[in-house]
Amino acid sequence: MTAYILRRVLYAIPILIGVNLITFLLFFVVNSPDDMARMHLGQKRVTTEAIEGWKAEHGYDRPLVYNPAAPGLASLTDTIFFQKSVKLFAFQFGSSDDGRDIGYDISQRMWPSLAIAVPVLILGLAFNISYALFIVFFRATYIDIGSVVLLVGMLSVSSLFYIIGGQFVLSKVFHLVPISGYDQGLDAWKFLILPVIVGVVGGIGSGTRWYRTLFLEEIAKDYVRTARAKGLGERFVLFRHVLRNALIPILTGVVVVLPLLFMGSLITESFFGIPGLGSYTIDAISNQDFAIVRSMVFLGAVLYILGLILTDISYTLVDPRVRLQ
Amino acid sequence: MPQPLLEVEGLTTLLGDPNRPARAVDGLDLRIQSGETFALLGESGCGKSMTALSLMRLLPPSARITAGAVHFGSSDLLRLTEAQMRQVRGGRMAMIFQEPQTSLNPVLTVGDQIAEAVRIHEGRSRAQVPARVVELLRAVGIPDPEQRVSEYPHQLSGGMKQRIMIAMALAGDPELLIADEPTTALDVTIQAQVLRLLKDLQRDTGMAVLLITHDLGVVAETADRLAVMYAGHIVETATALDFFAHPAHPYSRKLLESLPGAEKRSGRLAVIPGRVPRLDTVFQGCRFADRCDAVMDVCRMHAPRWLQVAEGQGVRCALWDTDVMAGISGKAAAGHSPSVSPPGPADTARSESASAVDQPLLSATGLQVHFPIHRGALRRVVGHVRAVDGLSMALSAGRTLALVGESGCGKTTAGKGILQLIAPTGGSVRYLGHELMGLGNRRMRPFRKDLQIVFQDPFASMNPRMLVGDIIGEGLQALGIEKRRPARMRRVAELLELVGMDPEAASRYPHEFSGGQRQRICIARVLAVEPRIIVCDEPTSALDVSVQAQILNLLKDLQDRLGLAYLFITHDISVVAYLAHEVAVMYLGRVVERGQVDEILDDPRHPYTRALLSAVPVVDPEKRRSVIRLEGDMPSPSHPPQGCHFHPRCRQAFETCRRSYPDELRLSATRSVHCHLAAEV
Amino acid sequence: MPLIPVVLWTDALVFVLLALGGAFALYASRHEHLRDPWRRVVRSRVGVATLVVLMAYALVGFLDTVHLRLKQGPQPGVEETRYAPEVLSLLDLALGGLRERQEKTYSAPFATHLYVKEAIDQPDGRVVRDYPRLLHAGAHLQDPQRQRGLDIAWRTLVGLVEGLIAWILLCFGIFWLLARRWGVALSEVRRRVLAGETHVPWRTALGALGVVILLGFVAGELAREYHILGTDKVGEDVFYQTLKSIRTGLLIGTLTTLVMLPAAILLGIAAGYFRGWVDDLIQYLYTTLNSIPGVLLIAAVILMLQVYMSNHADAFESLVERADLRLLFLCLILGVTSWTGLCRLLRGEALKLREIDYVQAAQSLGVGHFTVIARHILPNVMHIVLITLVLDFSGLVLAEAVLSYVNIGVDPTMNSWGNMINSARLELARDPVVWWSLAAAFLFMFTLVLAANLFADVVRDAFDPRLRQAGA
Repeated sequence: MTAYILRRVLYAIPILIGVNLITFLLFFVVNSPDDMARMHLGQKRVTTEAIEGWKAEHGYDRPLVYNPAAPGLASLTDTIFFQKSVKLFAFQFGSSDDGRDIGYDISQRMWPSLAIAVPVLILGLAFNISYALFIVFFRATYIDIGSVVLLVGMLSVSSLFYIIGGQFVLSKVFHLVPISGYDQGLDAWKFLILPVIVGVVGGIGSGTRWYRTLFLEEIAKDYVRTARAKGLGERFVLFRHVLRNALIPILTGVVVVLPLLFMGSLITESFFGIPGLGSYTIDAISNQDFAIVRSMVFLGAVLYILGLILTDISYTLVDPRVRLQ
Repeated sequence: MPQPLLEVEGLTTLLGDPNRPARAVDGLDLRIQSGETFALLGESGCGKSMTALSLMRLLPPSARITAGAVHFGSSDLLRLTEAQMRQVRGGRMAMIFQEPQTSLNPVLTVGDQIAEAVRIHEGRSRAQVPARVVELLRAVGIPDPEQRVSEYPHQLSGGMKQRIMIAMALAGDPELLIADEPTTALDVTIQAQVLRLLKDLQRDTGMAVLLITHDLGVVAETADRLAVMYAGHIVETATALDFFAHPAHPYSRKLLESLPGAEKRSGRLAVIPGRVPRLDTVFQGCRFADRCDAVMDVCRMHAPRWLQVAEGQGVRCALWDTDVMAGISGKAAAGHSPSVSPPGPADTARSESASAVDQPLLSATGLQVHFPIHRGALRRVVGHVRAVDGLSMALSAGRTLALVGESGCGKTTAGKGILQLIAPTGGSVRYLGHELMGLGNRRMRPFRKDLQIVFQDPFASMNPRMLVGDIIGEGLQALGIEKRRPARMRRVAELLELVGMDPEAASRYPHEFSGGQRQRICIARVLAVEPRIIVCDEPTSALDVSVQAQILNLLKDLQDRLGLAYLFITHDISVVAYLAHEVAVMYLGRVVERGQVDEILDDPRHPYTRALLSAVPVVDPEKRRSVIRLEGDMPSPSHPPQGCHFHPRCRQAFETCRRSYPDELRLSATRSVHCHLAAEV
Repeated sequence: MPLIPVVLWTDALVFVLLALGGAFALYASRHEHLRDPWRRVVRSRVGVATLVVLMAYALVGFLDTVHLRLKQGPQPGVEETRYAPEVLSLLDLALGGLRERQEKTYSAPFATHLYVKEAIDQPDGRVVRDYPRLLHAGAHLQDPQRQRGLDIAWRTLVGLVEGLIAWILLCFGIFWLLARRWGVALSEVRRRVLAGETHVPWRTALGALGVVILLGFVAGELAREYHILGTDKVGEDVFYQTLKSIRTGLLIGTLTTLVMLPAAILLGIAAGYFRGWVDDLIQYLYTTLNSIPGVLLIAAVILMLQVYMSNHADAFESLVERADLRLLFLCLILGVTSWTGLCRLLRGEALKLREIDYVQAAQSLGVGHFTVIARHILPNVMHIVLITLVLDFSGLVLAEAVLSYVNIGVDPTMNSWGNMINSARLELARDPVVWWSLAAAFLFMFTLVLAANLFADVVRDAFDPRLRQAGA
């Protein structure tokens, strides 16, 4: 089993190299640093000196992959590729276009992101599983049909409207919670209620519907018939047999997104003014700060792969068929 | 007669669309006495599993019971509330299912699953439960029960799982155990173990068993009384002895006659034409009328009455109805006496032992198919699954070689390896002196024409998106035999006629045909390229007995007419006895014994062959042998035992067996065996 | 010629898509196994009702896809015919009034006055701060206060009557066609349809059609004189904007899957069928692409596109063309991020199919790899492709809104629901609230996505062999 995990980790290396190459190509080859400089300095009539100055200021004044001017090994290291891309592997993100240390910003901003993402995940999971079990218990009745219609309706609503609607109803009409903003430490809770509620409600449609399908799939299996043939009651069958089996895909589906929780939610954070990594990314996109976007792409890929590895591990933990092989 | 334990009256269960329901069970009557084994016999789709589920009230959501009564002891099960019924289920009435693989919950230990049943039905304190679980496991013959309670189902073999199912069923001390095809998914040697276990348990506990099966042999060996089910209702009931001695219903007779076996080698098997009627058919007369060769006009018009023909034997057939028969001349009744057609002249070629002299058409020596096992961080090869591990055989023109073995012995892999559909990892395969090993796709093509294969599952072996004509014509097109479509379609029509089908079938899709018809189409596809050798990979094991007879007859006819050679891969000894000239018995990737068919079947030398043959259930009580019980299961082909592969399960094993694999011992020109014991004698 | 057609890149792709769809329909109608699931779809009540709604959307989208440039009026001193620089669609022409009747700024639905007070010069010279009359909406009313309600009711009634007539004519036409097909009298067709005794639920279909037609006519009649969904900050009609946004939503939903389809099918099947290093390579490719968070990849690409476009501004003839190319790129990059799911599904299916007996039988008959894939694998995975296609559609429509909100979606000058929401989101903070832009976007988007989701469920149930067995 350790060998298995080790293999997955080894497998992650070429993938990260691939991601790194893709970002390098996107950010430096498709458009040259000159293009970026011109874009930042205003469109027309930019002097060559201004461009060179901007590049020097942000460290883009090196050749792309090979620097014939530098001595020895530095001809490879004193390049944009090495300085801007390869260093990402060491989580050295460099500084953003406005001169802030990206690594420091990330370490500061991931906590607000987690403060929303973790409660949303846990509460959403609890609610969706309970609701799906409730529907399945009353399957093929009007409760089932009505719920499915409701769920399809809910998942047809854009997430933007959940946020807008939530802000409008809870904050503007009833003045229960602040519309947006954030506070340090424990005082943040009143700013978190609304985004968490919105996050949970927004996920009910797809989440509950999916779990319902999983439960129904399990219920049709032979071992459930065996359980009934033993004389077990419906509740016992549902909770002990069906839920246990359906939890395997549910849990592993959750594990894969766990690391990505750090990334936060772009939309929610920017709407509610939460200073997390999501709004960090959004701001970077609207300010066209490529250094931050590049860092976030790489970080996202690392976390995704971490999620894959964790999924494999969680399978070996929860599924005896895999664990005991 | 004493008060029956279970009495079913007019049970009717409908399935699916209310406007056009399938009448899965249609007015079924049954009586089961306590302590007896009662078999419900029928082909697939006759409603026997639905009957069992109706009795337990475990029907799927689309099914409903619309009429009837099920008296079990003092209560009518159909009138109980769901809560009361739960008391009965797993308590006084328990059930085991066909697929032990899927019938156990994969994420709970077997101990937990049995404990559940114990807790519900026995008012024991919590502390006593584990002891009772172990006791139950011991009762069903599971070795080391204390360790096994904490194991998960996937760690157990199929036979073990079925024992766990039985242990669970026993937890409530049932008066009636419903066993729905309990051994169909198991190998014969394991089947023998499980059937023996059921018999022993019945003797000890005095419970009645309702055994649902399609296997006449199983019925003959285990049942006291039986009922034959056809199209949703019972057509005959009798004691097992009476039934096999003189079956009353024409359907029962045909079923018995269509069983293959050594004594029928010389002739054709009886077949029941047509197919089981769809369950949503609305019947007017006798449901069997369309397939019956003793059919009379009255059969088509009036449904036959239930008639008592002898003590304990009843039948639903107009032939026995004196009122009806009095109206018709008496000769019809005599016309259907069971008879086997006289031996035909077609058989002259096969009884001689000419094969030893013949140059073999196809031969394999030391064939190996190993699949690597990857482990570790770098996926290094740490071992091999030795699916086929040094198989040698030879096949001559116009002959049939049966490759016999239980599931997992590598017989299918061997067949595909010989055809180079799976690349073998060692050994040699020669066809007419040409080495086939290592030939690439392109260089193999000239030989493809001569070497063909028919698969087990007629439903998976045809592309559902293609017309039957194109399916049959595929080889003609691919090998460039008949490039123009009109000519190809003419050839397809001929082929369809050759396999006994309407040429019009060419313009239809596979799903419109029954299993037997599909297998004919598959055979036509193979014949299209005029092969000399056909590998038949269990071609009849997915089919019902009566349909199996049609396919076996066809294969035999084709061999006589076209001089085909068959490599017949099967686990079914009766088919081997009927069809094969030579037999090779496989165990764990190797042939352990081979020879002429009568040599092997009449005088097996290898202990495994003996056990295998003895485990086959036989209809004829005079031919029954005492079962040689094999302990345990076949070992994994990734870790074959040291020495003789069979020694851990062999009762006669001695020191040499543990050390070295026995060499081939030639007993005569035609037969050889791999056994130290045979060498000793 | 009074006009010349203009074919934008996305227009061309839509035409290709329609041609492919038509060819597939023709092919499917000749093959029972393809016709059968579609028959199931049109025999489901939900299926036909949602199909009617989707067709209505598709019609609007299609009208908005046929682009042209009008001939300019004769100008003195210019001999040759000149065409207006403005690229218009058929929909623009049909809704000409809506497009041209621009107000000054916000106005509520059915309002006759602006939503904000302005200084108005009175005839007597005084300046009053009040809500001024709108330039176009309700301009025909003498006394809006009293007349407006009645006028709206009257126009609604006129619209209803017109719609009813149109609907009855249409029903009559369909009944006549059905009567010919079934060979029965017209009255018998009517009886069967009304009693719901037809295989295809015509009653539901015609009912849904009736609702759509009536709504269309009423809206059309009212929109002649009012801004039925109000106007936005710069006074543009919101109803016009939402209708224009339909094309964007539909294009994102369909073109994205279309552009990713060849890669997903080819690579997925190749990986599963050939296994070995081909499989390793393709798996590596899609795991790598998949590991980049989709939004960030899109953001990066769109940012790069922006840089390119702003540095090569003169490469584009018109704003419409520029916006169109950005839309196309958005589809492409969305396709790149979403093909991996389908690819993985197809790989798994191909892995299963390559071991199935009929593929082995073909191999033993000497059929080549290419033919095996084309004849045995591809047709047997097409249902997965189709199911993915319809299931993805609604998700992509929703994704467009989110991306446009983050400014990495379609061009800001292009009409889309995302842009509508983006520009309207701050309006909720205004007092009094400006809600109609959001409501309009919500209503039209929700209807489309709901219909698409329900339709997708029907299609999946009809095509998935696993579900079909369970239902049988």
